[in-house]
Amino acid sequence: MIPTEIAVLRFGLGARPGDLAAAGGDPRTWLTAQLKGAVQLAGNTPLAPSDRIFAELLAARDERQEMKREAASQSTDPKLGFNPVRDAYLPHYRAQVLARAQSAALTQRPFAERLVHFWTNHFAVSADKGAVVGVAGTLENEAIRPHVNGRFFELLTAVEQHPAMIGFLDNQYSVGKDSELAQLAARRIARARPDADKPRREFGINENLAREILELHTLGVNGGYSQRDVTSFAQIITGWSIGGGKGRLAGGTPGRFYFRDNLHEPGAKSFLGKTYYEEGQRQGEAVLSDLCRNPATAKFIATKLVRHFVADEPPPAAVARVANAFLKSGGDLPHVYAALIDAPEAWDLEARKFKTPEDFVFSTWRALNALPTQPEEVIRSFELLGQRQYTPGSPAGWPDTAKSWDGSDALMHRVLWASRAANRYEQGVDPADVAALSLGGYARPETVTALRRATSSKQALALLLMSPEFQRR
Amino acid sequence: MHRFPSNVSRRRFLLGSGALAASSAFPRLLIANTGGSARLVVVILRGALDGLAAVPPYADPDYANLHRELAIAAPGTAEGALALNNTFGLHPSLSFLHERYRANELVVFQAVASPYRDRSHFDGQNVLENGLTKPIGTADGWLNRALAAMPRGGGPTHERGVAISQNVPLILRGDTPVISKSPQATPDVDEDLLSRLADLYSKDDWFSARLSEAVQTEKLADAGNSMDAPATTSPAMATPGGKPAALDRVSGVARMAATLMRSDGGPEVAVIEASGWDTHANQGGAKGSLAQRLAGLDQALRALADGMGPLWPQTAVLVVTEFGRTAAMNGTRGTDHGTGGCAFLLGGSVRGGRVIADWPGLARSALLDNRDLRPTLDLRSVFKGVLDEHMRVDAKTLASRIFPDSSGARPLQGLMRA
Repeated sequence: MIPTEIAVLRFGLGARPGDLAAAGGDPRTWLTAQLKGAVQLAGNTPLAPSDRIFAELLAARDERQEMKREAASQSTDPKLGFNPVRDAYLPHYRAQVLARAQSAALTQRPFAERLVHFWTNHFAVSADKGAVVGVAGTLENEAIRPHVNGRFFELLTAVEQHPAMIGFLDNQYSVGKDSELAQLAARRIARARPDADKPRREFGINENLAREILELHTLGVNGGYSQRDVTSFAQIITGWSIGGGKGRLAGGTPGRFYFRDNLHEPGAKSFLGKTYYEEGQRQGEAVLSDLCRNPATAKFIATKLVRHFVADEPPPAAVARVANAFLKSGGDLPHVYAALIDAPEAWDLEARKFKTPEDFVFSTWRALNALPTQPEEVIRSFELLGQRQYTPGSPAGWPDTAKSWDGSDALMHRVLWASRAANRYEQGVDPADVAALSLGGYARPETVTALRRATSSKQALALLLMSPEFQRR
Repeated sequence: MHRFPSNVSRRRFLLGSGALAASSAFPRLLIANTGGSARLVVVILRGALDGLAAVPPYADPDYANLHRELAIAAPGTAEGALALNNTFGLHPSLSFLHERYRANELVVFQAVASPYRDRSHFDGQNVLENGLTKPIGTADGWLNRALAAMPRGGGPTHERGVAISQNVPLILRGDTPVISKSPQATPDVDEDLLSRLADLYSKDDWFSARLSEAVQTEKLADAGNSMDAPATTSPAMATPGGKPAALDRVSGVARMAATLMRSDGGPEVAVIEASGWDTHANQGGAKGSLAQRLAGLDQALRALADGMGPLWPQTAVLVVTEFGRTAAMNGTRGTDHGTGGCAFLLGGSVRGGRVIADWPGLARSALLDNRDLRPTLDLRSVFKGVLDEHMRVDAKTLASRIFPDSSGARPLQGLMRA
């Protein structure tokens, strides 16, 4: 009886009415059946692809420049009534956030959907950076959903070559000092008159993406690399950029990954004690491939998976099992997930993970058979609970341990949100049924009693949502 | 938004629980009673502030050449720095800080760093907050350990530390209970529901403790708000939970800190976080994106000082970040992760008007790893100095429990007014 609840509540996103019955009998098969193929958005909401969104943004910026010029020539107020980021980007952000919430509320593959969320957080971009607002969700939908059940190398490459990641970590104009572009600039400086008061722009690398790939996406911070490796890797991926642009930065399809050979630092480079002789884009891909085979990567990914699915302090035996599956299978992700399911620690009867706001909100909508239909409902919910969608604020993603979410003020905000959700969705709902269908054997007798004694079904629902057993998974 | 009159205990049902009974039994005149006791606010700037932009070493011969278009010009020139002394200035956005400097209420530290020497934000922040020399090794923060060691003087039994956010950052986590409060109000939670939840949580200490703290903190905020003319809470100032506030929201956070610290039985120590300092691209100079962020910080510090009002003379505010940034501008008009940076200590109780810097210079041979400002002062020396002179934590505890392995970082003396 109990393992069904664990499969649905801990591995999945919480039970919709009927989920516990559907998974009952053979929860293991219910889980593994979800690990095949791409994981599309449930609800099939049409969303604009990243290249179109980028192209719209560029067009909006050009238009604004044009308006500024006109305003200047007519000496009117240059403060224009529109902002390219807000106007071009926000509608896409809102659509992506709503589609994500609806998918979480509806999906029949909640374990696979949770894995999508896991990787989105692992490869975090944050919409508080202006350049990312409208495309943050496209990283999840275009790079992660297609590869979540593939090989880690494919997932990693899709992410690091996605324009949202390149833009978020500033790699698009990272330039090798011996690249064609930098050489050209140097010759110009040399030709310029010595009394020219404005020196020409010099080019150089930006090490942000290289460092975070190593620290946050693959090896982990103690994965055995040095500052020299970071700098070298940054040289290796110079040229990994986004298409579109003007002059010497023209080329490629606007808004798509584009390798700019004229920005790339030429020649062989050494990284983690090995020399890479590949040319151009393939040099960086060769490094990514080696990173996927590095035991430090296997251990880092395994630790994060076990922390997410088992406990804040990951049991070492479970980490070793999952890391081993990662190495042995060459990073074949369904094998890795299967090892996680096979870990006895994952089936510990005591729910040890305190839900994040995302877990709480998504599992509430599932329990209440509710479907948000307006972006505002989703956006305001997560604003209130402190987990604005696609906005973790840093490339490290949201924290995945209770101590980052368990402040007393945070609890009060959950109470407030639970009351509002109960008000909104109480009609036609019997709280005792919701408890049985969403918690099964996890509902404690004292909670059932409290629901029965509540003064209204609204109050009963709020109590259920705030009960310790609903707040944990 | 509906507000309960502050003289009515709005959540009476929890009065039976220990913490609440104690704090409500405490005399109303607490503010007067603790008139002499010190207040400490720690402001953490997450993302690594460029210390060479905030505190420009304008007289250093290599500065302009390395920092290029991100460099701040000498005082007295167009868009120049605000003068501190013959070597250093303040970024032109930091006008309130400059005011405090001239009022002898600001110490500026330059070329400082925690003991952390690698360049990961997340490990760097861990070391800044855990008080150790390594990013792992303890789950609690030095400020929490310090709270336990601050003398009480027969005083209150309420929580003495508050995080101004929904959740508690590492620096304040630990065995000593602390509270959290974001500026985002929770106005219409039903009293009866809370009472029933308290019952439902009675067998679960973890939930039970948090609920009781939350109710207690709401009362503090209500009481504090009744002292100020405008309510300091509004949904527009919402702070996202586990994360530092975006800068346009930091003034609201600062006001909330002041409100709580001024109220009866309020905390003496507060932590504020602000994010958005990771300026890898298009950082800007006297104007631009970093300049705007610095202006937001300056404004928040002014709001904090205004909010502290009569308590400002016994207040110290520490402004710190995990590390500095590269001495040279990078290829995308920004700066990458570095080592040495700046810090600020301000407040009415600070012996200010000084720059404390053993300046190593920016010559290539002086840089750390050929790229970063070399730190010459350990931030723990500053922390120890403040905890010793301002919060009266004894030296032995400082050296052993609060900052283990810190014998090389002696407390900086004379930071506070006598």
